[in-house]
Amino acid sequence: MKTLLDKLWARQEIRRRADGTALLWVDRHLVHEGSHHAFAKLAARGLSVAEPGLTFGVADHYAPTQGAPATPAIAGMIAGRAANTERHGIACFGPADPRQGIVHVIGPEQGLPLPGLLIVCGGSHPATHGALGALAFGIGATEVAHVLATQTIWQKKPRSLRLTISGQLAPGVGAKDLALAWIARLGADGARGHAIEYAGDAVRALSVDARMTLCNMSIEGGARFGLIAPDAATFAYLQNRPFAPEGAAWSRAVADWAKLAGDSDAKHDREVTLNAEEVAPIVTWGTSPEDALPITANVPDPARLPPGKAEHARAALDYMGLSAGRPLESIGIDQIFIGSCTNARIEDLRAAAAVLAGRRATVPGLVSPGSRAIKAQAEDEGLDRVFTDAGLTWVGSGCSMCVAMNGDSVGAGRRCASTTNRNFRGRQGRGARTHLMSPAMAAAAAITGHLTDVRPLLRGRHAA
Amino acid sequence: MSGWRTHAGHAVALDIENIDTDQLIPARFMSTPRRAGYGPFLLHDLRHDAQGQAQPNFPLNRHPGASVLLTRRNFGSGSSREAAVYALLDFGIRVVIAPSFGDIFAANAVNNGLLPARIPSDRADTLIGELGDRCVAAGADLSARKLTLSQHTLPFEIDPVWAEKLMMGWDDIDLTRAHTAEIAAFQQKRRQHLAWAFPQGARPQDTDTQATSQGTGVGDRRFNP
Ligand code: SF4
Repeated sequence: MKTLLDKLWARQEIRRRADGTALLWVDRHLVHEGSHHAFAKLAARGLSVAEPGLTFGVADHYAPTQGAPATPAIAGMIAGRAANTERHGIACFGPADPRQGIVHVIGPEQGLPLPGLLIVCGGSHPATHGALGALAFGIGATEVAHVLATQTIWQKKPRSLRLTISGQLAPGVGAKDLALAWIARLGADGARGHAIEYAGDAVRALSVDARMTLCNMSIEGGARFGLIAPDAATFAYLQNRPFAPEGAAWSRAVADWAKLAGDSDAKHDREVTLNAEEVAPIVTWGTSPEDALPITANVPDPARLPPGKAEHARAALDYMGLSAGRPLESIGIDQIFIGSCTNARIEDLRAAAAVLAGRRATVPGLVSPGSRAIKAQAEDEGLDRVFTDAGLTWVGSGCSMCVAMNGDSVGAGRRCASTTNRNFRGRQGRGARTHLMSPAMAAAAAITGHLTDVRPLLRGRHAA
Repeated sequence: MSGWRTHAGHAVALDIENIDTDQLIPARFMSTPRRAGYGPFLLHDLRHDAQGQAQPNFPLNRHPGASVLLTRRNFGSGSSREAAVYALLDFGIRVVIAPSFGDIFAANAVNNGLLPARIPSDRADTLIGELGDRCVAAGADLSARKLTLSQHTLPFEIDPVWAEKLMMGWDDIDLTRAHTAEIAAFQQKRRQHLAWAFPQGARPQDTDTQATSQGTGVGDRRFNP
């Protein structure tokens, strides 16, 4: 009678207070350059890191994707992270390490998150790791300092929301579209206070890469946790990863993981269903991830929306430079970006390349693989050539244009078709206008120079 | 952090929903050390035009002495950056009133002594409409769970643990260190029964200066198809 969440939670509880808040054991703690406030808090109290062997440093948010750091302040952030991790004896995937990349991409790639473990990171997208059946969530700097000092975290158990996605995805439609579809339906705070367990045939059929895209977007619908019960695909993905268990430990682990799936009679606090067959390629038109519509729709008319929403829509359209009623497909773009912890894994690059192969982009664009390992693999497969032959720029790995704090950004007033997770005002640079979409859709937009339904462009091609 | 029970100050309304933490503090300011003060960065790109001139009509520019912010749903959504809370506090804000908050933001707020007070959204609608662009006397009483806004008194909601934490000024690290022995016992048991949960390959090292194409990288054993 237990849900996946119940089982995962119970494994981590060290103690529970009368009010229900639990002290949880943290199995992996990932820290990036942005964790400098937390290290400063630790230093101010003269504390050391409790479990350096369970703590891993990365350089991603400020890492330049081309050449040297853009400013001395950025170089300082990267050096600061190196100094902090070195001082405390923490292993680090730094700028020169072949394992470097975006924290939520290299974590799974290295086999750091495993089913049944708890992973935290001072960021908001750790739910990505939940795709492997791990309990993973984002925390703030005070909590990062707490985890560094104690290897534990106080947390109230969220409610459980099961999102069952049935049916089969149509060609040209993927995990990003599923994510935007449910967020548009429930709202940017629709799953607040909940852990989402993604279930159903459509989820089982997704590759592990695609499951990570789906779980990654949980926070954009308000959920701190996204989970998928581990299965054979999960085990196959993890086997032989550098930090995954080996030999006898591997067999014991797999036997343990097989028991994690929720019981069939377990009750969830909320049930939501989605039919994959009804999902079309989706793009955002506004400044919140909930402002999402199928590419075949028109820009909504604020006058027809309920009052609170209307005000938001009016302001969003004003910022985005769009008028009500205009077909989404008629919106011209200035550039594209393929990257981020949402959509920069190898399958994402293959999906974009499948659309771009033999075609030319009519607008400039940046393609930033999620890790150096993915970059190497993409180059082995010749994907980099597809992008550069199309006229796009192939760069190194990092958070790049997802967060605009490392030298890569979108100019003021410029419109970007982006595979990232946030279309907030100024997220990609001050005044930047972001339309979120899948890698295949971003590739389609690159070719035509406007928001475009990728499906006709895939006809007669093998979609990756 | 010191605790507090009551606050008396002034409130302004920010009539925007989904104020995300990228609005509260744009990423480009986050490499600044905290001691420099984060107040000037608060809502920077909404408060200033592209030339850096203050927008005279923005509520917090009209009333820079406000300490209570009344706003709409999903305040503090998005990025986990605690710097968003620092910017609010350093500007002088002590209480944010809204129908809902981003989960990570709310936890960060409480960890720094900022009250995220929840009220029903229809109540927020009425109050925001009534407040308009004025600045009125306002206050919060944590133990009574009450807010005052000019002549109104209304209840607010908050997780009881959070209210207590704000009042006591509790620091989680101190609380947790009282359980050190229990934590150590848990860790030992886990090592025995769940040995695989401790990474085999993890050895403290900084590889920044040892770039190689071999070793523990995924170059040799990557990506099971
Ligand atoms: S790619 Fe974007 S969302 Fe992902 S970790 Fe980096 S900044 Fe955060």
